[in-house]
Amino acid sequence: MSKTDVTRRGMLKTGAVAGAGLAVPTIFTAQSAHAFTNEPTGGTVTLGFNVPQTGPYADEGADELRAYQLAVEHLNGGGDGGMMPTFSSKELQGNGILGKKVEYVTGDTQTKSDAARASAKSMIEKDGAIMITGGSSSGVAVAVQALCQEAGVIFMAGLTHSNDTTGKDKRANGFRHFFNSYMSGAALAPVLANAYGTDRKAYHLTADYNWGYTTEEAVKSSTEAMGWETVAAVKTPLTQTDFSSYIAPVLQSGADTLVLNHYGGNMVNSLTNAVQFGLRDKQVNGKDFQIIVPLYSRLMAKGAGANVKGIFGSTNWHWSLQDEGSKAFVRSFGTKYGFPPSQAAHTCYVQTLLYADAVQRAGSFAPCAVAEALEGFEFDGLGNGKTLYRADDHQCFKDVLVVKGKENPTSEFDLLEIVEVTPADQVTYAPDHPQFSGGALGTCNNGA
Amino acid sequence: MDAIILQILNGLDKGSAYALIALGLTLIFGTLGVVNFAHGALFMIGAFCAVTLSRILTLSHTIIDDTQKDFLGNPLKVEVPYVHDIFGVATGDAIIDWAVPLSLLFAIPIMIAVGVIMERGLIKHFYKRPHADQILVTFGLAIVLQEVIKYFYGANPIPTPAPDAFKGSFDFGAALGFDPNLIIYPYWRIIYFGFAAVIIGGVFAFLQFTTFGMVVRAGMADRETVGLLGINIDRRFTIMFGVAAAVAGLAGVMYTPINSPNYHMGMDFLVLSFVVVVVGGMGSLPGAVLAGFLLGILESFASMREVIDIIPGINQVIIYLVAIVILLTRPRGLMGRKGVMED
Repeated sequence: MSKTDVTRRGMLKTGAVAGAGLAVPTIFTAQSAHAFTNEPTGGTVTLGFNVPQTGPYADEGADELRAYQLAVEHLNGGGDGGMMPTFSSKELQGNGILGKKVEYVTGDTQTKSDAARASAKSMIEKDGAIMITGGSSSGVAVAVQALCQEAGVIFMAGLTHSNDTTGKDKRANGFRHFFNSYMSGAALAPVLANAYGTDRKAYHLTADYNWGYTTEEAVKSSTEAMGWETVAAVKTPLTQTDFSSYIAPVLQSGADTLVLNHYGGNMVNSLTNAVQFGLRDKQVNGKDFQIIVPLYSRLMAKGAGANVKGIFGSTNWHWSLQDEGSKAFVRSFGTKYGFPPSQAAHTCYVQTLLYADAVQRAGSFAPCAVAEALEGFEFDGLGNGKTLYRADDHQCFKDVLVVKGKENPTSEFDLLEIVEVTPADQVTYAPDHPQFSGGALGTCNNGA
Repeated sequence: MDAIILQILNGLDKGSAYALIALGLTLIFGTLGVVNFAHGALFMIGAFCAVTLSRILTLSHTIIDDTQKDFLGNPLKVEVPYVHDIFGVATGDAIIDWAVPLSLLFAIPIMIAVGVIMERGLIKHFYKRPHADQILVTFGLAIVLQEVIKYFYGANPIPTPAPDAFKGSFDFGAALGFDPNLIIYPYWRIIYFGFAAVIIGGVFAFLQFTTFGMVVRAGMADRETVGLLGINIDRRFTIMFGVAAAVAGLAGVMYTPINSPNYHMGMDFLVLSFVVVVVGGMGSLPGAVLAGFLLGILESFASMREVIDIIPGINQVIIYLVAIVILLTRPRGLMGRKGVMED
């Protein structure tokens, strides 16, 4: 009979090692029996919709969630199928994804990076989400994208417009369908030159955070390239509500054009303040004073009311587009909810379909297989014309809409009119373009 | 020179909002001794009184316009406000256009009622509790109120424009002999400043020249003695809470054309207004008004490009820097009285 020596020191060592093992986050251990994180084993697959459900972007988040619910319904064979019949890829049959019924869980980003990471982590670890998607801010997108890379799940970004999402902060597990700041600048500049001439003095007010910087840089470089002069670029605090002290000096600067690199509540307030100051009624340098909003959102335009009339901007998509994909989506969404979808809803719906299609084509939920299927994927019929998911940076390249606030809206949704559809090749840039430099995709992570 | 005049105008307008909110906060603190973190929510509720009246005035029935299509390709449903049916299109449009000024009348009884209910229903139970408890409960109340507003009105800002007659801006530059366009200021902001001056003057006159005001001031100085004289000071203080709520609410109503109201606008102003009260001196009404305008003007100057170029980020911290300096040199604030919040 052998004798087992159990010493106090030995027990402590064993306990410490066992404790450390148990303390490792479950995302790195719980699925160790599987080939990749949250590999679906039953008859269902769970997607994680991470949208702002509280906070100032809650209305935009609600619209994203409506789109996700519609996409799930269509993937599972319900409703009229939305854009599935118009989608150039015919892999999706309305029987879920790879025959598994699609279920979903939701998280609340609160449009705060830490909250968004916490809700995404919870959906991955507790709910077994195989893919995370959504969001209404670039800060959130960058943070959640990095988390998904570490956890080994795919991240399909929602509304995020900063160059950095697919620039210096790009990740192999992250994909963006939405357009970006560079594309806004490239699409807007020729339209602005055409409408306002090439001899303009621009004054930029820029939200003091990541998205603001990349948008200012993009619009400045595009407009300067066609002859405009930038007389000043002033950062405004993200928490600013009254912009009067920033707008009042604009006329004194000799500028004849004001560019508002603001989004959301910032945009509503700065534009309202600028119109209040009567800037658009003034003549400077012998020209009518003009205001430009590089990134428009219909939901935010509604907040600014009549102030948006006649003001140029860009948008990823608009419900008034007349291609078959857009018409099908608007019909499907409008019939279910009673109003047309926003651009945020559109990009979220499309991202869900693109993910499902990629899984279907890859024949696997493994993130690296899905990533490979998405990389270099060319498609059509989803509302933006021919589109490429570029392999180099996981950014979609497609037509960009230049829009203008409508002079005579017929309803509360009819606020913007499309003035030009800028072809994809005019907004395409090299993967190593200076505005996107400094990061690397790295390698795909299957997790588990 | 023109830039300085412009920023002073800006500061007076910003200071108007700070002063109006801080005045109400100080009134409540001075009378009831309560640190009311829900005061910003009263400003927000006032703004939503304007939104509500706008919606009431634009209540509509639909008619089908076969000549136009909606987004689904169906005949367009056109909303026709009932005021058009009742008063005709021209008069109806004029009534809708003047929704914000009309909201002042609508908001006064509502805000007084909200204030009295808030005080009787919740805050009076915390009079004898520490200030920390009062802050917690009123802050919680503010969150509840803003979530209630969000539930009914959504998270997006709601445009509530000024009447057409007050759109555009006045060219002070031309009037003062400068070049045109150098010093322009929106008409509605000038009106807001005038409105704030009238309200502040009215509150001071009410406290200074009426018997009711005299009793309230006596109660603020020595509540127990006034009570011993057989005067029901609690009832008067409750009424003052209603008055303070009405002041905040009216400030909110008039603010709606400046920035589209949203559910968290109260929180945006709350912290700054507390800094204003502390800088002015806890419990001092003139101090609150003085500090409101002073900090408003300083904030405007700190937002000038020339200043930011020299000290980056100064626009975000100027108010707090000034607060630190004033509290270090005058611990009771600009016009604070001895003994307030010092026991």
